[in-house]
Amino acid sequence: MARFTDRDMRGKNSEAVGGNGLIDRRALLGRGVVFAGAMSTGIGQSSAAAAAEPLVDDPWSLEFGDPMLPYQVPSKFEAKVVRTLSNPNHEPRNSHARTPHHLLQGTTTPNGLHFSINHGGVPDIDPDKHRLVIHGLVKQPLEFTLETLSRYPMTSRITFLECGGNSAPLFSPQPLQENVQALHGLVSCAEWTGVRLSTLLEETGIDPRAKWLIAEGADSPHLSRSVPVKKALDDAMIVLYQNGERLMPGNGYPMRLLLPGYEGNMNVKFLRRIKLVEEPAMSYYEARTYSQILPGGKAYRFYFVQEVKSFITSPSHGMALKGPGLYEISGIAYSGTGRIEKVMVSADGGASWAQAALQEPVLSKAFTRFRMPWRWDGGPATLQSRAWDEAGNVQPTRAEFVAVRGELTKPPPVLAFPNQHYNSITSWGVGSNGEVKHVYA
Amino acid sequence: MFTPKGAVLAGSLLLAVVADASMAETPHLGKPIDEAAIANWDISVMPDGAGLPKGSGTPAQGAPIFAEKCSACHGDNGKGGIAAAVVSDARIDGISAAQKTIKNFIGNSTTIFDFIRRAMPFQAPRSLSDDEVYALTAYILAENKLIGANDVMNAETLPKVKMPNRDNFIIRFPDRI
Repeated sequence: MARFTDRDMRGKNSEAVGGNGLIDRRALLGRGVVFAGAMSTGIGQSSAAAAAEPLVDDPWSLEFGDPMLPYQVPSKFEAKVVRTLSNPNHEPRNSHARTPHHLLQGTTTPNGLHFSINHGGVPDIDPDKHRLVIHGLVKQPLEFTLETLSRYPMTSRITFLECGGNSAPLFSPQPLQENVQALHGLVSCAEWTGVRLSTLLEETGIDPRAKWLIAEGADSPHLSRSVPVKKALDDAMIVLYQNGERLMPGNGYPMRLLLPGYEGNMNVKFLRRIKLVEEPAMSYYEARTYSQILPGGKAYRFYFVQEVKSFITSPSHGMALKGPGLYEISGIAYSGTGRIEKVMVSADGGASWAQAALQEPVLSKAFTRFRMPWRWDGGPATLQSRAWDEAGNVQPTRAEFVAVRGELTKPPPVLAFPNQHYNSITSWGVGSNGEVKHVYA
Repeated sequence: MFTPKGAVLAGSLLLAVVADASMAETPHLGKPIDEAAIANWDISVMPDGAGLPKGSGTPAQGAPIFAEKCSACHGDNGKGGIAAAVVSDARIDGISAAQKTIKNFIGNSTTIFDFIRRAMPFQAPRSLSDDEVYALTAYILAENKLIGANDVMNAETLPKVKMPNRDNFIIRFPDRI
């Protein structure tokens, strides 16, 4: 995490905007140079106290370096920056890989770290043999190859993708002692490039009776989901590229459906068939898995939207602050209904709030990085973030959320999906020893 | 575009025609294909039974198929193993998704046929004949006491099976449909 000495923050510039050390973000803007020199030193409270040792040349400065690779990979010193796997031995069941948000910055998830869930392994698809057919209630069924789709007008869009079950461990009645990767690692954000679905539907024509489409993948479960035609004509895409390169196999190579803001499972990967129909199919994943049991026994169906959410990635569970001083609280906010309007941050468990700085550009249905300067005085603190979107939706407190959606009677396994569409506030407790833990507040 | 909108407007509003034409200007590289050629991929079954194939099966026919091809994961008689139970009388109490069963949650009988046919057995999907899928569906429904032990499942009878939880769903955002 970024850490600063507080030398410059003592005195008149330390304009408190919230309790327990939150500082006016404007007090820091434009003063980056001051802090940059003191960042991440790992040294104690005062940089002046660090006795300077004479600088020497390290071995890498004295020898011919390594060869370059055709496709470069991160430094070996970054080996811990990987996804966590739910099924590392490839047993015959589904597999999840979670994004390490606590080790990343900015808003773009590198392709190798994008979350992925596969229900029947990752298919090894020959792109030259892959076909996409659009049929059903259309004027003319059509078959497309990757080559033909590549000649269509392309559009790019930066958008998050989130599993409907992301953050589900927070349905636990007690806070699971797990980090942000385990709790919130099933969301990522990338630039997706492909063809608007509306363009292809214009070519097939749509029978006015068609209100839904069934999207189906070429994977072994032939995963299928029903999607309203309304969404298909709004902003749906058939995407071929992820952050500029072809889709990763685990993210749907060679083509997937992209439904910005809608739950991940609907964004059908390895897309091979779209059938226009009058009614939803009530396929397994919409009839069972992605319908949510409510207190009282009824269940939500067709939730679709990933609602406004934010969480702090640094400091976060499992980190340790190295002494009092100035820190930057940083995190991610996003909403399936539009742009993030504002993010408020609290250091005292919600007793007081201050507005965080949002990193530009703030894009609709995309990750927005927020930042908040905070001077830790060495005492207990409870860090929270709360997001608002442009549609007026506000991230609920945990109490507000649980009052409507309920919570489990006992803690679930962290890898379970005990329910879905959890979007309330996440709280990190900072102890006097600097250790950060997951708490409810 | 398949609509004659551009042609209709052509006589009166040149500007509109131009706008319409530019919107419609797409490569048209999709290859026409008829439904017969898609049939092997068209495995979607709808709640009203549309898409159900010919064929039939009974619980008695399904029992040995289940024992041979399903019980290794789903347990003897479908009571659960490394994969979820498909036969259970458990009731829902609280919000945990782990409680969901065919009997207490699934709203449409056709979902069972559709999922078995497209995804099961897990390591050999699409290897069952349609008669086998009907028989397995019949077996599971009968073991759950949702049909009689001698009931035949086919394209006519399966959609008529009433699932106990069918009326317990709330559409979350109706305006998005």
